[in-house]
Amino acid sequence: MLLHMKLTIYKESDKGDVSRAERNSSMTEDKVSLLRRDTVIKPVIFIGAGTCGMVAGADKTIIAVENYLKEKKIDADVIETGCNGMCVHEPLMEVQLPGKQRLSFAKVTAQKTEYILDHILNYSVPEENVLGQYPHENLQPWENIINIYDLPFFKYQTRVVLRNCGFIDPYSIEEYEAWGGYLAMKRVLRKYSSDKVCEIIEESGLRGRGGGGYPTGHKWRMALNSPDDERYLICNGDESDPGAFMDRAIFEGDPHRLIEGIIIAAYAIKAKRAFVYIRASYSLAVERLKHAINEAVKAGYLGHDIQGSGFNLNIHIREGAGAFVCGEETALIASIEGKRGTPLPKPPYPVQRGLFGKPTVVNNVETLANVADIIDKGPSWFAETGTATSKGTKVFSISGKVKNTGMVEVAMGTSFRDIIYNIAGGIKNYKKLKAIQIGGPSGSCLPEESLDEIVDYESLKAADAMMGSGGIVVMDEDSCMVDIAKFFADFLQRESCGKCIPCREGSRRMHEILQNITRRPINEAGYETLERFKGVMQLENLAEVIRDTSLCGLGQTAPNSLLSAMKYFREEFEEHIFDRKCRSGVCRDLKIYFIDVDKCSGCIVCARKCPANAIIGSPRMPHFIVEEKCTGCGICFEVCKFGAVLVK
Amino acid sequence: MNFPIEVNNKVIVARKGETILEALTRNGLKVPTLCHMADLNPSGSCRMCVVEVEGKSNLITACSHPVEEWMKIKTHSPRVVNARKTNVELLLANHPDDCLYCERNGKCELQNFAEELNVRERRFQGKKNHHKTDPSGSSIVRDPAKCILCGRCVRTCDEVVGASTLGYIWRGNKTLIGPAFNRLINLSSCLTCGQCIMSCPTGALHEKRHSNDLQNALHSSDKHVVVQYSPTISVCITEEFGIKSGKDLYGLINSALRKTGFDKVFDASFSADLYVMELAAEFEHRLKSGGVLPMFSSDCPAWVKHVEQRHPDLIPNLSVCKSPQQMFGAIISSYYTKMFHIKLDDLYTVSAMPCTARKFESKREQMTQKGISDVDAVLTTREFAQFIKLNGIDTQQLEPEQADFPFHVQSSAGKLMGVSGGLTESLIRTLHFQITGKECNPPRINELRNIKDYKEYFIKIGDYKLGFAVANTIRYTDQIIKEIKEGRKDIHFIEVMACPFGCVNGGGQPFIKDGNTIKSRIKAIYENDEKDPIRFAHKNPSIIDLYKEFLGQPMSDLSQKLLHTSYKKREVSL
Repeated sequence: MLLHMKLTIYKESDKGDVSRAERNSSMTEDKVSLLRRDTVIKPVIFIGAGTCGMVAGADKTIIAVENYLKEKKIDADVIETGCNGMCVHEPLMEVQLPGKQRLSFAKVTAQKTEYILDHILNYSVPEENVLGQYPHENLQPWENIINIYDLPFFKYQTRVVLRNCGFIDPYSIEEYEAWGGYLAMKRVLRKYSSDKVCEIIEESGLRGRGGGGYPTGHKWRMALNSPDDERYLICNGDESDPGAFMDRAIFEGDPHRLIEGIIIAAYAIKAKRAFVYIRASYSLAVERLKHAINEAVKAGYLGHDIQGSGFNLNIHIREGAGAFVCGEETALIASIEGKRGTPLPKPPYPVQRGLFGKPTVVNNVETLANVADIIDKGPSWFAETGTATSKGTKVFSISGKVKNTGMVEVAMGTSFRDIIYNIAGGIKNYKKLKAIQIGGPSGSCLPEESLDEIVDYESLKAADAMMGSGGIVVMDEDSCMVDIAKFFADFLQRESCGKCIPCREGSRRMHEILQNITRRPINEAGYETLERFKGVMQLENLAEVIRDTSLCGLGQTAPNSLLSAMKYFREEFEEHIFDRKCRSGVCRDLKIYFIDVDKCSGCIVCARKCPANAIIGSPRMPHFIVEEKCTGCGICFEVCKFGAVLVK
Repeated sequence: MNFPIEVNNKVIVARKGETILEALTRNGLKVPTLCHMADLNPSGSCRMCVVEVEGKSNLITACSHPVEEWMKIKTHSPRVVNARKTNVELLLANHPDDCLYCERNGKCELQNFAEELNVRERRFQGKKNHHKTDPSGSSIVRDPAKCILCGRCVRTCDEVVGASTLGYIWRGNKTLIGPAFNRLINLSSCLTCGQCIMSCPTGALHEKRHSNDLQNALHSSDKHVVVQYSPTISVCITEEFGIKSGKDLYGLINSALRKTGFDKVFDASFSADLYVMELAAEFEHRLKSGGVLPMFSSDCPAWVKHVEQRHPDLIPNLSVCKSPQQMFGAIISSYYTKMFHIKLDDLYTVSAMPCTARKFESKREQMTQKGISDVDAVLTTREFAQFIKLNGIDTQQLEPEQADFPFHVQSSAGKLMGVSGGLTESLIRTLHFQITGKECNPPRINELRNIKDYKEYFIKIGDYKLGFAVANTIRYTDQIIKEIKEGRKDIHFIEVMACPFGCVNGGGQPFIKDGNTIKSRIKAIYENDEKDPIRFAHKNPSIIDLYKEFLGQPMSDLSQKLLHTSYKKREVSL
């Protein structure tokens, strides 16, 4: 399905591109075909060198490849690309030989490099590590190798925003242009008025991809209609949800798509300055974005009087220190202004009074990355994909207990069952799915029954969840929902900015109550039990007050994980509270180990291995576990050869 | 434009552009707030003013949300009250349980809310933050454990006063309010004005007590205890005495203090007159001898500290006259002790001021003689009222009395110094006489009496065309100082008060809620000026006597030795 779509997209743009390339005097048809690698004259080796790839060892692979080429005196290009989404297969290497289709290899560590290159550079396909090949009309395919777009991982995706990620060289503006980049921007500057751009985006039905889902075109129009003479555009790249890395992939894999989107958006709201707020810890993303901005400036796409249109725009990068709350737009604005990153009450909304007191549009990275295509292919093309109220595609990053963790882009309206079982390949190790957590710390935990929910702003809301920025964490039966709720409560209480009372004090008490639930049940003197139950009784009320009264989105959504977990997994909470038992064994404080005196041979292994010195006994005599000292680590259970250590 | 909104099923009229809170307050509906401050942008941090609005999924804050025509508001629905109560309980869960031992016991807003919302049990128990108090400041004690992080002090320090000393430190539930880098307050740029204390709803900020050893001194037989009280106190203490604001109680205070056991009671209006005399003489001297102009007033110690730390290059512009409090201290320990044959070691001088910065001032190095300060203890109006109550004085049964000889006569000119602009008015009166030999007629200068943040007044006295500027809080001096540094020449004298409206709203005054109180205090001072038979500092017979018998004339050698001081640059983290 995707193959066809992808091919049709390319074909369509192919036709236009010839004439467009002609218009662009700097690029001849030959050059375009070279840049698009329709023909290559020497082997090209692509290495997936996004942060995810680097962590998996791509940096070492690159060195190994370069050494290999130097040693064997082979003339070949080595290109670092971004991540194509198959994080589970990193480090990825792709090789395109003259005349042959591009071939993709998985898990190419430095040690594997020689083996793979030895084979492939001699036109023989290695037996291991092959992932698939990229189809191309004019190139000769490899025999008996699957088309990469026929892999289930790609087959069920609709890749628009991520189209170029992992495919093109993020350091080359020309390559992006060869694939039709910056044409939408040029058309906008030449032909469209700001008003018209807003109209197109409004018509397309594009909504904010940061989680809120506010109609982007409407937001732009509000800023455009404001009477102020100065306006700002902010691209929110402060992606801080645990398990979310979509924005990073765009920054690293296709920065020019984002820059083009920023230029169009800034033109639409008549902003002269745009800010990209990005986490400083995304060092590679910052580097690639800076490089891309410099290239765009050199190409005359940024700066003074862009393309002779009289429109000026400068993009500034602002690196955030990594506070979660700075993803909230008013806190983000305060942070750019050099103030403490704390939110302000809304209204006034940033479109009314934002950065430096001026109307400001804050858009998510993914939202802006959609813009160029909407202009290029028209709003109706965009609106074709998706549901009645949610148009286009959405990028998700999937992590947790699935086989294919990574980054996927699906059409709105795709069900989570499709995403998890078809694209991500289902649950690892033949376990059962227990819950999916969507939307990061502000999102909800949905049970297996909700798998048929579709990706759609409204239907997710109806299921008490939210789209969020697009992190999906999949949990299997080994996960404890109380523990998950505790994890997110802890995350939020640490990330609360400390401004408003319910979030600052409430999230901390919420975490404390959850800690009490999973605390070791020894010394349950009457008072402590009472205190624990008191907390439990307050938990729901507390969560509701936090949701009702917090100042910003962080606080208002802070109890979501807990409330949804309590709604769908209530029996698990009750088990923890009343039976003092954790069914998945995660809450180790609730495990009580003891030694069966009949089985114990007195081998003293457990006593020696116990890190807490909680096991007493003399050799060849039955041992004992001192409950007060035991931390529940379970080492004694693992080391006992006689099965004498038991768990209660 | 007016339109109706529905509040608790009743229709009330709201004005376009106002917030829900303003509309409710105007219509007599009270919604509790902790962080709200009139005239400043809403911060929305306390979430106490939440109300339920139909059609909104969350509760919204009344202080920040503008009224809209369709609005249906519920201000005290069970959901709202439960939310407020839970928030107060959450605050209390991280608050020391020591109300009975707290500085603000009985006057604490958090305590009031806990009472109003009927908080009767500790529902949330858990870890509390442990903070140490910072007793290092000479005027202000900071107790972060009691801080509820409403941010009123931060905004006051920044947006009202303009010192920007206090700010937030760290984040999340470890957030703390304090000077930069969480340094000690005495090393910070704190001006000690005490406006933060006035804005604090709890006991997290309070003045450093000087009243503790006063009781001992008062009852020790070999100590001669004299008290001087600021003329502003007599119009500001009314509420503490259970009298409606807007009256001058100076006669009653004299008798109350005598009953309390002070050996001598002096009204510092006298030293205010003395200050005006010296200031006028210095100004005339600078004018005639081509000295550094414009001259800055030096009666506000917070302003003096600000110049020393932020504009050390402008120290020569500061008047060298000591403030009235210190002038009085110097006169008491010289002229007065000589006259009554009192040993300096036996003298204990107390001053009661509407100000916390005076505590800092009395400990200034330049204000001591042989290491001993001229003023031993400085009480704020709050401490002063408490001290009178402690000593069992029934304020209802007092008869007005006069202050003690030899400083028993005051002019109304000195009293004017309690209001921002008042010093300039008194100065012009005396200056006019000194330069032209004629009285200023009429003495009243209306242009200086309006409540503005910054005002300028130009007058021709004799051959001189003089410009006077009055800045209401330090924030408004930034512009004029910039202009002066850029070469502006038409301003000759600048009066600055650190506190908005001047000493009537000083950092040591009783805690007030009502915005009209300040206005009625100012009115009382101006009314007193109209009634007073002596309206010029130089006509005060006590002052004339003092110069005749002791000092000689203003700016004489003895005056300079006793009544003048010097300043030096301060290194603080700004």
